[in-house]
Amino acid sequence: MKTQTLCAATLAATLAAGSAMAASHADCAAGKTLTDGVLTIATGNPAYYPWVADDKPQSGKGFEAATAYAIAAEMGFDAGSVKWVRTSFDEAIQPGAKNFDFNMQQFSITPEREQMVDFSLPYYTSAMAVLTTNAVVANGVEPTVASLKGVIWGADANTTAVPMLMQIVGPEKDPLLYNDNADVTAAIQAGQIDAALFDLPTALYLAAVLVDDGTVLGQFPADRSENPDQFGLLMEEGNPLKECVDAAITSLTDSGALAEIEAKWLQEATGVPIIE
Amino acid sequence: MTDSSNGPALTRRAAYEARLRRRSALIAAGSSAVIVLAIVILVPLAPGWTAVKKSFFNAEVFARTFPGLLQAFLMDIAIFAWCAPLIAIMGLAIALCRDVRNPVLFPLRAFGALYTDIFRGLPVILVIYLIGFGIPGLGLPRPWNSPYIWGSLALIVVYAAYVAEVIRSGIDSIHQSQRAAAQSLGLSEADTMRYVVLPQALRNVVPANMNLFIALQKDVALLSFIGPVEIFRQAGVYKSLMANFTPYVGAALIFLAITIPATRYADYLMSRQRGRR
Repeated sequence: MKTQTLCAATLAATLAAGSAMAASHADCAAGKTLTDGVLTIATGNPAYYPWVADDKPQSGKGFEAATAYAIAAEMGFDAGSVKWVRTSFDEAIQPGAKNFDFNMQQFSITPEREQMVDFSLPYYTSAMAVLTTNAVVANGVEPTVASLKGVIWGADANTTAVPMLMQIVGPEKDPLLYNDNADVTAAIQAGQIDAALFDLPTALYLAAVLVDDGTVLGQFPADRSENPDQFGLLMEEGNPLKECVDAAITSLTDSGALAEIEAKWLQEATGVPIIE
Repeated sequence: MTDSSNGPALTRRAAYEARLRRRSALIAAGSSAVIVLAIVILVPLAPGWTAVKKSFFNAEVFARTFPGLLQAFLMDIAIFAWCAPLIAIMGLAIALCRDVRNPVLFPLRAFGALYTDIFRGLPVILVIYLIGFGIPGLGLPRPWNSPYIWGSLALIVVYAAYVAEVIRSGIDSIHQSQRAAAQSLGLSEADTMRYVVLPQALRNVVPANMNLFIALQKDVALLSFIGPVEIFRQAGVYKSLMANFTPYVGAALIFLAITIPATRYADYLMSRQRGRR
């Protein structure tokens, strides 16, 4: 009798432990989201390729959309329990209650930002790349820092590209800064700037689709930079969900799933010359 | 005979009035104190106050960004300095176009009316985009495609339309009889405008134009949309890097340091003008 009970108890304990392993991530997020059982994720308005395909995050296509669904699944939310909202950068950092559980739009993790909001572990580390036109290249601009110092630079004012530009290139003339990708594109087209600094996937997309005659001159690889551009999910300061998100990202990184998604959506990033 | 307020003893009426004045001064001071106290005590009691304070009134961020903002404000002053005289000249020219009475020159008059209609009706930011990106996009070589040139031009054409309307109202305020008198003295139409109408008209509209220039001083910041890094853009860069809105508060303080004295000066001019009439 006694051994039997013991056996049964052991079996039950083993089973419980097994299911606890599988459900640990799911339990982690319980009661910590805005709406119970629903994970609310924010993206940009509009969201650009290759981060989100066709500005439709709910399709799961595009690097960030696919990553978001993978993280959600890891946390125990199926695709139907994911809700998308749109925010600007300013809405993401405003004080007070947020309308998202986490915000995913290529936010670079910096110590200064970290004081105001919480970031998850990085889900992507980006190289920085130089977007320009073939006409500028034909004028003799080369992919060397010395040559790039002399051109007129532009950048998106809301990104960490601004300090990176000053640090890596140190242009001779003050760079011109713009509100968004569309305005930077317009300035390149108007010949007001020669080149602009973006994260590599964005630069490739802009060169291929938005800028007439556009090209990516070269890249500054992430592993050669002292503070590489790492993207993290942005959350309200002190959000209890952070540990669950971090656990999900860690397990996706360890299992190689994140690398697979990256290979699928950001594969063309290789083959761009490296700027010495 | 006893009704002299200079006398040593107050009349009953003067004493009553003095009491009344004292009383309203006390009430005004009391109600102001209550409002200020309510703000100072109640706002920090709001649950989100610490968060708001950290992201809008952050002393550390303020100290780090303020020198950079002051530096960037020099750009605003420069843009203002070269736009303002051109706006004055162009506004006057448009106003004169609208006042042309010679039938042969009717097209000028029509142009003046169309110009003010269009540029007063468009949002400034649209004109800045259109002229600032559009015209250089036609293929102008450097340095003629600079956003400084075309952005300034956009501000100039928009503000000239407002200034033109103000000047025209000044011209209309000069009575027709003065023109008739000038002509009867043998002055030509141009001389009448130059020596009789304009000197009075321009003096009358100085306060109204002051208000426009205060507005221009703030709208210079809109040029940041097409590239120049002036104070508003610099504040935006700091905001983005630190995820903190305090740099905007710093920029606002710098703007106020200029606009409040300018507004007071315009008020003073206006009341002096009323006094003269």
